[in-house]
Amino acid sequence: MLLQIENLKTHYRISDGLVKAVDGVSLSIKENEVFGLAGESGCGKSTLIRTIMRLIPETAMVSADELSYREQKLLTLSDKDYRDKVLWKEISLVPQSAMNSLNPVYRVGDQILEAIQAHSDMGKREARDKVEKLFKGVGLQPALTRNYAHEFSGGMRQRAMIAMSLALDPGLIIMDEPTTGLDVLVQERILRELKEIRQKSKASIFLITHDISVIAEMSDRIGIMYAGRIMEQADAMELFNEPYHPYTLGLKNAFPSIQALDRELISIPGSPPNLIEDIPGCMFAFRCPFVIPECNEKRPPDLEIKPNHFVHCIRTDHVEEFRKRSGDKKTWQSSM
Amino acid sequence: MRLYRIKEAFVTQVKIITRHRFGTFGAVVLLFFALVGLLAPYIAPHDPWDTLRGADGKLAMLKPPCWEFPLGTTMMGRDILSQMILATRTTVIIGLVSGLISILIGANIGLLSAYYGGKLDEIMMRFTDIVYGMPFLPFLIVLISLFGRSMWYVIIAICCIVWRTSARVVRSQALSIRQRQYIMAAKARGCSDARIIYGHIMPNVLPLLLLYTAFNIAWSVLAEAGASFLGFSDPNNLTWGGMLYNLWISGKIRVAWWWFAWPSICIILMVSALVFISRAYEEVANPRLKQR
Repeated sequence: MLLQIENLKTHYRISDGLVKAVDGVSLSIKENEVFGLAGESGCGKSTLIRTIMRLIPETAMVSADELSYREQKLLTLSDKDYRDKVLWKEISLVPQSAMNSLNPVYRVGDQILEAIQAHSDMGKREARDKVEKLFKGVGLQPALTRNYAHEFSGGMRQRAMIAMSLALDPGLIIMDEPTTGLDVLVQERILRELKEIRQKSKASIFLITHDISVIAEMSDRIGIMYAGRIMEQADAMELFNEPYHPYTLGLKNAFPSIQALDRELISIPGSPPNLIEDIPGCMFAFRCPFVIPECNEKRPPDLEIKPNHFVHCIRTDHVEEFRKRSGDKKTWQSSM
Repeated sequence: MRLYRIKEAFVTQVKIITRHRFGTFGAVVLLFFALVGLLAPYIAPHDPWDTLRGADGKLAMLKPPCWEFPLGTTMMGRDILSQMILATRTTVIIGLVSGLISILIGANIGLLSAYYGGKLDEIMMRFTDIVYGMPFLPFLIVLISLFGRSMWYVIIAICCIVWRTSARVVRSQALSIRQRQYIMAAKARGCSDARIIYGHIMPNVLPLLLLYTAFNIAWSVLAEAGASFLGFSDPNNLTWGGMLYNLWISGKIRVAWWWFAWPSICIILMVSALVFISRAYEEVANPRLKQR
């Protein structure tokens, strides 16, 4: 296992109570795999990766039964060890809105150089060559390393950030919304390049986005996140063909499909719960059309319904009925 | 390569200043003062403390500007031109030293308290508030009554007071920079705190820093002149303010206009030159000013 997460919790204590931004997430990423994590805004995706990368404020309370990278436990590492041994060398990040992630006062190449020199003892000349090679690898001209970020277009900046994330040949690249804010053509080209990179570099990619279509195109495995928990987790094809969780079913309805163009899109009414509320049962229960009283009693277990297919729901035995009824708009409206 | 970059940076600075007509004027005035200060012992025609005699052999007391004494003489028959030249040196040194030290203190306090926030921020900013409440002259009076009169106490007093504004301004700017995405990205890359503060935040507040460096130097020159005029500085260390103090105690302030004029003009020139330069930098920091 490359990255193993077991029951990870990131809570914030604020004056009104406890905010459970990430509440018991378990997932694992294998070598050379693309794991896609999808979810609405504010469901805890970014907090999850920031917890892994230690970019959250010190006030956050983090706990986990297991958080390890290639058998190396991450939570017990000191900040210094984490920075020296893991960060960027093993786990790198393409941050959300990579467009704004380049410092305007430095040349783009120099910022990548900084990353390389901070983590390896490569000589300056060698490092410079490496930066140019990285630029070529993501389809940017090597001469552009001497330019500033404001001279780049959005797509170019995105590529530069991807080049930076590849700088030290990490085992895992976390990409937080890598295509948001780009037009579909650039998006398509970047996704294609990501696939190439993945084949060449053998790195695993942890892809985080709210765009199901990007996830569907890229991922080997998919997790669906909702209100700080993972609702369903399975191999990509299986998740789309045989979804179990009502939330996954609802999401499927909300996205257009090329096969059925005339299908009416159905949105899930309501909005995610406030993460500060103490909800003993399922987080999705009060938007779920198939809710029964037991749903609100206690937290559902992560059932392994088939090998490597986990569902966070207590009513999986009724899945046939769910699948039949979820295509009907009335089902969703009646739940409100 | 490195030399090339330094040259490039220097050219940029010159461009910023000379784009502005007043800025050019300020730079010329400053260069002139700096040159005079550097060469002071070589270009002064007389020893500034010598009592001189005129061509007629009499003590050259309170001579108005003439061929022999271009800027006139003092009550004791001392050459004002020589005094002015040496005073320029001391004034420039005091201005630069206290201006630079104060921006160093102010910038660091501002950057650190913005970056770390929390308790440290609270402590440092409340301390800044306390310093804001401290008036300069009474503070200086306490200092010299405890330790005696010296140029260095004036410098220390100026340094202790002037940094407060720059600290607040730098902090507010750094607070907004700290929240930018690229700072988070730098952190993700594994940059240390020091590297983020001085390598990533500081370059982004640099125009503001330069602006306040110029302001601080101007303020230091003024404060020094005021303190010296009131006699709080070492009278043996000639400064422009000190010359005015000598005039004041000689009681000839209504008679000897030349003794009074030159130091005052120089103070005004120096301070306005610095303000003009800071104005040129301000346009970089705040491009909206250009439209006016």
